[in-house]
Amino acid sequence: MNRIAFFELIVAFRFMREGLTQTFLIILGVGLGGGVIIFMSAALAGLEGNVVRRTLNFLAPIVILPPDQVARPLRAGPQDEFAAQVQPRSQQLRSIDQWQKIRDQVERAPGVVALAPVVSGPGFALRGDASRAVSITGIEPETYFRVIALDEKIVAGRRDLGPTDIIIGIELAKDLGAGIGDKVRLTTATGAATIFTVSGVFDFGNKGVNAGTVYIALRSAQSLLDLIGGVSAMQVRVRDPFAAERIAESLRAGAAVKVDSWIRTNAEFFTAMAAQIMTNTLIRLFVGLTIALGIASVLVVSVIQKSREIGILRAMGTSREQILRVFLIQGGFMGLAGSVLGSLLAWGFLLLWRSVARNADGTPMFIIEMEPWLFMSAAVGSMLVGLLAAVVPARRAARLDPVVAIRS
Amino acid sequence: METLRLDGVHKSYGVGTPVETEVLHGIDLALGRGEFAALVGPSGSGKSTLLNVIGLLDRPNGGRILIEGREAGILDDAELTRLRGRAIGFVFQHHYLLPEFTALENVMMPILAARGRLDEEMRETAALLLDRVGLTPWRDKKATQISGGQQQRVAIARSLAMKPVLVLADEPTGNLDTRSADGVFDVLREINETSGTTFLIVTHDPRLAQRCDRIVELVDGRIVSDRPNREVVRRSPAA
Repeated sequence: MNRIAFFELIVAFRFMREGLTQTFLIILGVGLGGGVIIFMSAALAGLEGNVVRRTLNFLAPIVILPPDQVARPLRAGPQDEFAAQVQPRSQQLRSIDQWQKIRDQVERAPGVVALAPVVSGPGFALRGDASRAVSITGIEPETYFRVIALDEKIVAGRRDLGPTDIIIGIELAKDLGAGIGDKVRLTTATGAATIFTVSGVFDFGNKGVNAGTVYIALRSAQSLLDLIGGVSAMQVRVRDPFAAERIAESLRAGAAVKVDSWIRTNAEFFTAMAAQIMTNTLIRLFVGLTIALGIASVLVVSVIQKSREIGILRAMGTSREQILRVFLIQGGFMGLAGSVLGSLLAWGFLLLWRSVARNADGTPMFIIEMEPWLFMSAAVGSMLVGLLAAVVPARRAARLDPVVAIRS
Repeated sequence: METLRLDGVHKSYGVGTPVETEVLHGIDLALGRGEFAALVGPSGSGKSTLLNVIGLLDRPNGGRILIEGREAGILDDAELTRLRGRAIGFVFQHHYLLPEFTALENVMMPILAARGRLDEEMRETAALLLDRVGLTPWRDKKATQISGGQQQRVAIARSLAMKPVLVLADEPTGNLDTRSADGVFDVLREINETSGTTFLIVTHDPRLAQRCDRIVELVDGRIVSDRPNREVVRRSPAA
């Protein structure tokens, strides 16, 4: 017995040591359950983080667009009837009205980190016999790179953009058979055409984007798409991508523009993610419940097995509270010890996952961070579960009548 | 001052039910300091119930219990537990040692429960008590690793750990062979004589009852005789 140890601790640990197999099995059970919870939590956080990171690679969290054009039927007089059917208007490429003013306003909005005006429209990229439909995006590199990390995705060539430079995706480069320094001709639906020189090739890790997007200087795009002095959209980066919809909401309120957040444009992804989180939470909840029931059942059996000893301890002057604590300590310890084991197991699973789940090129499929807070919260959570599970058996033990317990 | 005083103690089971049974019918009893008394009587006469009530393990339905002049009936559960731990020692027919602990630790247990944490002094007290019952060589053995007589001696040492004024022994030799029973009884007697602790011993064995200073006889929940034993057999025949 340790010199500084307390009565309750000594008795609790002796009880557990005496029923070593039982104690070991329940700690193993808690460990397995805890390991599953930790692994699932880490995997979910990793999956979520990776999908978000990859999506936001090439997608601005908030995009400000000119308002949709709507058909306004003319009426001869106020009493005249409306047309029975109104054909919706086709949307033209146009500039955001007073975009400089809106830009200044949005840049000051809380949560906004960077804003980049762009001109984007459809066109064709041609080289020799090859022609591909592309989305032409005119950017100012100094503002755009702060919103979308295109500069980090350049795999060949330069990062800057001269008036006749074009940065194309790696897939498009392949399709057109173009490399750095080659000429590519861009044409638009109106027949405007300009020849650009490939100055850079990017790879966003997304085939669609890599095959269908080209970047040119903002002024070149304004002239090519006939939008001199205007911008067709402003892309906004915010500090917290998950607050994008809330910020978009506040921006919508003040201006006559259309504000799209990535949360709204990717609603399906978020629904899927929410379903995933819900399923995961349910599984974790049930595993937690199973752990609690396991601990509780072991302690209930222990109280029955030890009722005579409890009676004797009570006859010797041990208070009900002391008996209560003896069993609470056992529950808490089983939870804590189980969570330590669970953390080790989860750590092992995660290391295994990292070595197994790899792309063909050897890079990790997605990165699962082994956050210390996850292990800490698992430890605290398991201890609480253990304590809660011990409440019923502990109260039962504390309430035992010493006379009945001794006779039992 | 009397160590123990019972005034008109009643105890019934199943109160308020059709099978209500009164087990003790107004017991009056007083034990002075250092008395060594036997409580005898046929099975079912209420000896164990009386011992539980005196030991504050069970509350009476009527009457008063005074331990060293302190009225136990007015104490709440926690105070009763404290008084029980401090003033009364128990020796049961079965030793009821905690199998998880060594002999020495079992003896230390009541002091540990009262003080909350270990100290060197309680270890010394326990060692002295084990020495007194002649178990020093076995002090570090687990309770399950020693013989029945030795276990009962450990239980006696444990009952003395808190230096109680009263030790209640319920058939302390009931599970032992004659030789071990005599040995255990010698220990009880010796402690009574050297430390002046009051003993009330329930026994079925007339031979052992004869070795007590006073014999209280209980029949059907009533004390039918309470007499001093004029011819006390001080020592066991073997001693």
